[in-house]
Amino acid sequence: MGKIKSPLSFLYNNQIKAFLFQVITLVAVVYFFYNAADNLLSNIESRGIHTGFDFLGVESGFDIAEHLIDYSSTSSNLRVFYVGLINTIVVSVVSIIFASIIGLVVGIARLSNNWLIAKLAGGYIELFRNIPILLQILFWYNLALVSFPSPKQSFELFDSVFVNLRGIYLPKPIATEGFVWVFVALVVGIVLRVLVKRHFNKAHDKSGVKTNTLAYSLLLLLVLPMMLYFALGSPMAFDYPTLKGFNFKGGMSLSPEFLSLAFALSVYTATYIAEAIRSGIESVPKGQKEAALAMGLTQRQSLKLVVLPQALKVAIPPIINQYLNLTKNSSLAAAIGYSEIVSVFAGTVLNQVGQALEIIFMTMMVYLTISLVVSLVLNIVNHKMSINER
Amino acid sequence: MAVFKQQASKKVPNLKIGVIRWLRENLFSNAVNSVLTLLALYLIYLIVPTVANWALFDATFAPVTNEQCGREGACWRYIIEKLDLFIYGFYPPEAYWRPQWVVILALAFVWIAKLLKQHKYKTKIVTALIIIYPIIASFLLYGGPSLEIIETHKWGGLMLTIVAATVGIVASFPMGVLLALGRQSKMPIIRFLSVVYIEFIRGVPLITILFMASVVLPLFFNEGMDMDKLLRALIGIILFQSVYIAEVIRGGLQAIPKGQYEAADAMGLSFVQKTGLIILPQALKISIPNIVGSFIALFKDTTLLLIIGLFDILSMVHLTSSDENWLGRSTEGYVFVMVVMWIILYSMSRYSKVLELRYSTDHRN
Repeated sequence: MGKIKSPLSFLYNNQIKAFLFQVITLVAVVYFFYNAADNLLSNIESRGIHTGFDFLGVESGFDIAEHLIDYSSTSSNLRVFYVGLINTIVVSVVSIIFASIIGLVVGIARLSNNWLIAKLAGGYIELFRNIPILLQILFWYNLALVSFPSPKQSFELFDSVFVNLRGIYLPKPIATEGFVWVFVALVVGIVLRVLVKRHFNKAHDKSGVKTNTLAYSLLLLLVLPMMLYFALGSPMAFDYPTLKGFNFKGGMSLSPEFLSLAFALSVYTATYIAEAIRSGIESVPKGQKEAALAMGLTQRQSLKLVVLPQALKVAIPPIINQYLNLTKNSSLAAAIGYSEIVSVFAGTVLNQVGQALEIIFMTMMVYLTISLVVSLVLNIVNHKMSINER
Repeated sequence: MAVFKQQASKKVPNLKIGVIRWLRENLFSNAVNSVLTLLALYLIYLIVPTVANWALFDATFAPVTNEQCGREGACWRYIIEKLDLFIYGFYPPEAYWRPQWVVILALAFVWIAKLLKQHKYKTKIVTALIIIYPIIASFLLYGGPSLEIIETHKWGGLMLTIVAATVGIVASFPMGVLLALGRQSKMPIIRFLSVVYIEFIRGVPLITILFMASVVLPLFFNEGMDMDKLLRALIGIILFQSVYIAEVIRGGLQAIPKGQYEAADAMGLSFVQKTGLIILPQALKISIPNIVGSFIALFKDTTLLLIIGLFDILSMVHLTSSDENWLGRSTEGYVFVMVVMWIILYSMSRYSKVLELRYSTDHRN
């Protein structure tokens, strides 16, 4: 029997098939984008839409309530972009810190042998993770607006902290001349503390004698900087908020938008962090702890040296993922008007300039950069951690 | 000689039985735990009475106006009055039977599928139902020949939320499977394209994609092609959701032992046969709990439709609380939507836990 010869028999070669398939896909994708770009160009022409990034240099013409860098309505649209970007980062970092703290506490509480505490933590998680984050943001914002008093009837604390409809007003610390030295002392103190700790750790490794370093830490981190602070004549002034007319002037203020956004993000993300921490701790086999105790380690040592390092290895990647989600969720501020990037740049500027393509692209790039950088770091961390595994 | 005399056994000390024992073991086992318990009780004392008073004991259900409702408690009358809006949006009341039938049909079809169990033609009948259902549902909701057309801008409330989430998950499924296969593929170009797409979409928030879909997308299509606002939003949701489905299915694919691939190859199956008959059925089965999880996430995300101006259940709060007859009742609105969403999402997450248990039976060992 001879081979069946067909002019198309080469199609049965797997490599050729794969090659052809890829070429066809590529052509289809290129054609799709070509077509889209073609439509885009003709649409731009027929609707008379401006293109390019010239709009970034144009005066923005609107005010932003919260800005950490100099900004006024005569600033450029590029400045709006920076203001939004900084606000996004600020609210994300603040929420990440609080979400981690709440998440850690709740995650450990969930495993507590105290029935009530464990149930409360479980209830917290089930309650807050099953309500959409946007709804939570709007709810807290609405609650703040409904229940906070007007500026004239603010809640007061020690005559320096005021809470009202416009937000929370705090005294603003202003560093005067000489405060720099206190700061320097603090930094030096931290460095010295690390060195001292390392020295005693080495001594411990060699001789087995443990030294309590708490006194050194207190001295270096607290006592010496404080002494310097008072020796220099308290080089720190406070700018207290005071009621002038209908509102408070001076001090620092946190707007209700910022507060409700940060609160909702922290509370919501904390539920996921708590679950990550719980599953991390549960992933460490019981035998590990028992073995550590059998080796003569104390409860604390076994937790610190054996259980936690293994638990964190499991818990850290999902936690970092939640940090990213939180950062992305901060874009929901658009619904309550906190001036972060989606709200001011992809919202107000887009409405004024109308260059949707460029503006949405820039906004997306911000988030994409953040998440790519974070995943890169995460990959490196994962890699380092997986080397330890035997 | 001492004679053994049986004595009555001692009573178990009171501290070691019943409620007291439970309390001692679970709440007051040591000093720290006791303090924590008291703190927790105090916390409950702070929160529960306040919330209960507002929501139940001081609340008004009777048919009254906004002024008569009072400010101490919740005014649930507002919700009762606006309930239709919360559920159907601006859908014409005389057509409420249509979405109702969509739900009834869904339940009926699920029931039929359950009844069939091991029937000879089960697969065929179920496939037919799955294909027929969206056609009937969209015909009922939107209208068509011999049924009045109801434009999508009138859709709203919980109905829109459910439609958006369901269409989103179903329509993103095929694309998700393709992307997952693409990412696992040995062909470099296919893999590259899939990875770029997945990482891009995963890196940006849904809201920017929805903005893109509602503002930028029309620029990419032929002029005169006027796309429905809801349709554009749905495209955005599908583009977004397919990536998350892809990642879930990829997890399933990675869990399939290599031997399954090799065995399929050794049997001489083609790529399509191997994927369709051997790999995907197993991978999808493992992925089912996570697909439900992804549906839960999507259901939460549909609230974002509010930001691009569609009237999902959340935006009904804005809308109804600006009615001059019911000013200042937005808190009640938010709480109501929270309760509705929580019930739906909580039951779905319970269900996914059940599924996880059901499918965790590892048949490979």
